[in-house]
Amino acid sequence: MLALTLETRTWLHRVPAPAKLFALGLFTVLLLPVTDMRITGGFLIIVSLLYASLGGIAMREGFRLFQPILLILVVILAWHVVLGEPRAGIVICARILALVALANLVTMTTRLDDMIAVVTWLLSPLRRFGLAPATFGLAVALTIRCIPVVLMKAEALRMAWRARSARRPGVQTLFPLVLMTLDDAEHMSDALRARGGLTSQET
Amino acid sequence: MERTVTRIALFAALIAVLGLFPSFMLFAGVPISAQSLGVMLAGTILGARRGSLAVLLFLALVALGLPLLAGGRGGLGAFVGPTAGFLFGFPVAAYVAGLIAQRLRRVDLLVSATAGALIGGVLVLYIFGALGMMLVTELGFAQVLATLSVFIPGDIIKAVLCGFLTRSIFMARPSLVATR
Repeated sequence: MLALTLETRTWLHRVPAPAKLFALGLFTVLLLPVTDMRITGGFLIIVSLLYASLGGIAMREGFRLFQPILLILVVILAWHVVLGEPRAGIVICARILALVALANLVTMTTRLDDMIAVVTWLLSPLRRFGLAPATFGLAVALTIRCIPVVLMKAEALRMAWRARSARRPGVQTLFPLVLMTLDDAEHMSDALRARGGLTSQET
Repeated sequence: MERTVTRIALFAALIAVLGLFPSFMLFAGVPISAQSLGVMLAGTILGARRGSLAVLLFLALVALGLPLLAGGRGGLGAFVGPTAGFLFGFPVAAYVAGLIAQRLRRVDLLVSATAGALIGGVLVLYIFGALGMMLVTELGFAQVLATLSVFIPGDIIKAVLCGFLTRSIFMARPSLVATR
């Protein structure tokens, strides 16, 4: 399971995660209502410079992360041109480009553990309502660990289907997959309980 | 407690895997991923509360930086982009789907789960998705609806599929379906 974090360490990796997340939130709120092309354009240039300061790998990876929404941006721009307001369309697309690129930048330069630490800290007030932050940490770890397991089972089911049928495996493998996943959850909860359960590890 | 946590965690993993599942082509050139099917199933199988918690856990992993959204997308960027409305709508969709399936206990599970998936996983989800897209792109309702309409038939089929799957799971493991 690969995270989207860049392997190469950059100066932005050293900035504390809460600071980066706060800055991201602040810029997102500030930039959303702006309709002036100069401000949005200037912001886009700053974000590009930030990427450039991290080196070639960051720029390549940033572009790769961006590709899926390029098509949507083209559609958005086309609609605005059809409606006779191409200028507004350009401002809006530049804003989306800048905000998504900035958010991706935070993701690329923050390690998963640091992100989890921030979320656990944010959830700590919930202790009063009976939800221990450690439970969230356990759920995150369980899910990350189980994704490759579920994926492996999905692949095994598709291979079993291929071995028996000339047709492509389709929705037919979904039912056994969901069933296996639910059964795994039961086994795993028994295993957790046999090892002392959740209550003993957090007090 | 342990059971609740493992069910929620495993279902979050399932939603992630369904997004990585090779998407099947339904109509000419419109790929549909099974990810939103996972969201619907979370509601109709785990029930409103746990289902939406599983979806929230999945979204937390996406926000933390794992590329788990359909097509290998992920990270914080997904929450500010044009399709962010759908992500914010996911937990609500699962909640509504579960709530409706729970309330319609008198009718057959196939009907109640399909109804829940249609109202929660299609109607509610598209309201969120369309509002998000209108907000981010500043397009009108008509344009947004026209852009999104190509995906609606696929999602309606997924809702029916969700109904059949929920009933099959209930027949195999009656105790695991919380909406009965």
